[in-house]
Amino acid sequence: MTGPAGSTGLGQDQAATEGDTTGTGTVSRRGFLGFVLGGATLVAAAPFLEQPPAAADGIPTVPQPAEIYDLNDFLTHITLPTSQLITISIDEDGGASFALPRAEVGQGITTSTAMIIAEELDLPLEKVRISLAPARPELLFNQLTGGSNTTISTYTPVRVAAAVARGALLAAAARLLGDNVDQLVTKAGGIVEAPDGRQVTYAELTIDAAVAQDRAVEVQLPDRPAGRVVGTPQNRVDARDAITGRKQYATDLQVEDAWPTMVCRAPTLNGTLRSVENLDAVRDMPGVTHVAELDFGVAIRARTFGQCIDAVRAVEAQWEDGPVAGESDETVLRGLQASQLPLPKLPSLPLLARTVNHDVTFYFRSNSPMDTNSAVADVRSDRAEIWSALKSPVVAQAAIAEAVGLPVDKVTVNVVQGGGSFGRRLFFDGALEAARISKAMGVPVKLMWHRADDARAGRVHPMCTSRIRTVLVGDEVVAFQQSLTSIETDFRHGLGDALTAFAADLPTGLGNLGFSETVFLLTQEVPYNFGAVVQTLTEVDQRFNTGSMRNIYSPDVRAASELVVDQVAAAVGKDPYEFRRSHARNPRVAAVLDKVAEEGGWGRTMEPGTAQGIAIHKEYKGATACLVEIDCRPETVGRQVRDAVTGPRVTKVVFAVDAGLVINPRGLEAQMQGGINDGIALALTSSLHLRDGHFLEASWDNYFYTRQWNTPPEVEVHIMPSESPQPGGAGEAGVAATFAAVACAYARATGTTPTHFPINHLEPLAFEPKTFEPPIPPSPTNGLRLTY
Amino acid sequence: MPTQTFRLNGETVTVDVEDDVRVLWVLRDLLGVTGPKYGCGINVCKACTSHVNGRAFNPCAVRVGDLAADDEVTTIEGLPATVGAELHPMQEAWLEHDVAQCGYCQPGQVMAAVALVNKARREGRTITDADLDGIRNICRCGTYTRIREAVVDGESRM
Repeated sequence: MTGPAGSTGLGQDQAATEGDTTGTGTVSRRGFLGFVLGGATLVAAAPFLEQPPAAADGIPTVPQPAEIYDLNDFLTHITLPTSQLITISIDEDGGASFALPRAEVGQGITTSTAMIIAEELDLPLEKVRISLAPARPELLFNQLTGGSNTTISTYTPVRVAAAVARGALLAAAARLLGDNVDQLVTKAGGIVEAPDGRQVTYAELTIDAAVAQDRAVEVQLPDRPAGRVVGTPQNRVDARDAITGRKQYATDLQVEDAWPTMVCRAPTLNGTLRSVENLDAVRDMPGVTHVAELDFGVAIRARTFGQCIDAVRAVEAQWEDGPVAGESDETVLRGLQASQLPLPKLPSLPLLARTVNHDVTFYFRSNSPMDTNSAVADVRSDRAEIWSALKSPVVAQAAIAEAVGLPVDKVTVNVVQGGGSFGRRLFFDGALEAARISKAMGVPVKLMWHRADDARAGRVHPMCTSRIRTVLVGDEVVAFQQSLTSIETDFRHGLGDALTAFAADLPTGLGNLGFSETVFLLTQEVPYNFGAVVQTLTEVDQRFNTGSMRNIYSPDVRAASELVVDQVAAAVGKDPYEFRRSHARNPRVAAVLDKVAEEGGWGRTMEPGTAQGIAIHKEYKGATACLVEIDCRPETVGRQVRDAVTGPRVTKVVFAVDAGLVINPRGLEAQMQGGINDGIALALTSSLHLRDGHFLEASWDNYFYTRQWNTPPEVEVHIMPSESPQPGGAGEAGVAATFAAVACAYARATGTTPTHFPINHLEPLAFEPKTFEPPIPPSPTNGLRLTY
Repeated sequence: MPTQTFRLNGETVTVDVEDDVRVLWVLRDLLGVTGPKYGCGINVCKACTSHVNGRAFNPCAVRVGDLAADDEVTTIEGLPATVGAELHPMQEAWLEHDVAQCGYCQPGQVMAAVALVNKARREGRTITDADLDGIRNICRCGTYTRIREAVVDGESRM
């Protein structure tokens, strides 16, 4: 089927000649070792780490750990030992195939990866086929999708693999055409051309280019690709499938006998099943084929999901209370406040020192995507196969093997495209449950969580508090201290294991910290010269199902910080933009800040009750800035939409992103637009309410993620030009600066600096909570009366 | 078991199933028509939005027995055929604006947009910002900006 790739590697001279065809003349190049494999193209690469930036004006702040070595460096670092296992095949039709060891969940990595390969191989985008690799335990830590790290960590290995394949094709063509390899060029469309115009296609070459035994070759790559495909705006490769209904998610898969399955869960969070009173009656309900009692609930398999819903609602069971039974927002918050560490003591200060302090509480939020926790599982006595959207399939495979009592190599874990993730699919709660249910029932199952379960019993972004103390002497900030106290964030999806395994490679001191403190220090930095900067994290309470949510700590940390930056600017009589500009530590941050101030018309006269807000963020090998305009006038706040939260309206967003080398500007813009809506939700509308041991929200009309009536009518995303050879992260990069800018704009429009987020959390509930017994709501019947 | 008959994407279909099963599950679980997605099952998220007799509806909230034999259900799979083309103009607009991210809600978004334009036309007007603000289909990827652009573009193509 596949017959890659050639015999002789390109030497340095040949590569240099090849480079001249880019027309750039003085292209800087690096050498990489790759391999041509018997039957596949095997590649090794050595990505490099960005150097820390130089400090700018203001009282210099000693670099924080994340400035020198951040989470993305770590995530890239852990892929190095296994990056040689990335392989690209040239198919017999001349196209290229690559099984990406990452999960596509909407962030656009199948498209951007196809672009990188198309660029290096001179192929049209549609001739590059990207699939998602199943769990490959030999990849160790190189199959974790998170931290917006996919392109950062796979960019160079993928380029090298493609360049090796191209070199092998050229070598095969040289043999066929009787020319020297350095006289041949690849041409767009998968063709090799000789100086006399004779051509041969990749399809004709791929079998000739195959070798019997693995062979090491060196390839030379320019620091930046020529830009035939990379850097050009491209539509998603799966766009047509998505809008015609052909794109398949886990619940769309037709696996033989994998019938619809749902679970009846306990009324309190993580409660467990004691006994079922009416097992036979449930089993006799229409469509039901199997009922199984498990510790997490009663699993029901039926002919349709609708009949599963009816049967779940019919279950009469006794439950053990979960570990947070009786707890509510107020009690959890008291626990957090009791755990807050005292802020570090400051050195003795001059008499005229002033402090600016601000404390903020961030309530629980749900990372539930549209496509709920779901998985197909077929567990037999001697083997198992799983299909699910998994961002940590290697860890999932091991956990499932253990749970069903099979050796790891008997458990096949297929990675399916996910309908969103937002951190949720770092975990494999649905896949593990599906495997256990299939084993208990002895039949294949297609498990789908009900929306109510996905919101109430799924992963949450932890509640946390931020305390900030800033010390000013004269008009200068001499100290900035931020202490975050949070419900524990669960990193048991593989990142924790990786941190343990690579602890010795972390910057001095970090290896001895807990996972979460390490991640915190690897992601957080104050992008200003604020003198002595200290940021700390304290985590407590492991009773909740937690995870990251389109960022880990950054949106909360940055929103709290930027609110204080505005207060400090006011205290020293400076404009919020000018103050930020003069204290920015990093030229890329300063540039995006300038960009939004200019494009967004910072400082324009606004009506009372409306205001601008501006904020910056630095993460993911890039920099972002956001300028928003918000309308908090009563007629806007009070507008009525059925079953909705309206409130203040963000009327305009101007966003600038420097993501280094941009693979697909159209995809990057899309990720920023999405992140903007997440940031608005975090600031204004979206949270979970914990009452009496369970979260109340059970529907998209309870959990108020940004809707069309909340979204800004005007959104501009500016992508900064960059000479960087390194791509940055995109998936999470839009959230933090937006959240912070909306928070600042709200404070300026209303004259009140918020002390909790989202701002509506303590208002009377905007919905009637659905029942907890039964745990899911009934299916409506009035749909034909609601047509339009 | 009772049989249920209705028209689906231009053809009459008959399914052996109880009459109180919601149309969404008849489509997805029994007929293998998986364009309409499950996002809540209570007519809130609108991911399953399809058309019945040319009007938007949510099959998660309709018993199959409530469909008459001549009720025409159109899912995203059948939308292009309603205009005799490979893609409906609204789908063309969606591609032009590269709206989808994860894509899960997008079949419902497209079906809602087509119905919204048709509704405005029946009322003798064009799509307004208020119409766009009123679209209830949720998108957790936050593709709202491009949805708004695509609906207006799609209207001009329809």
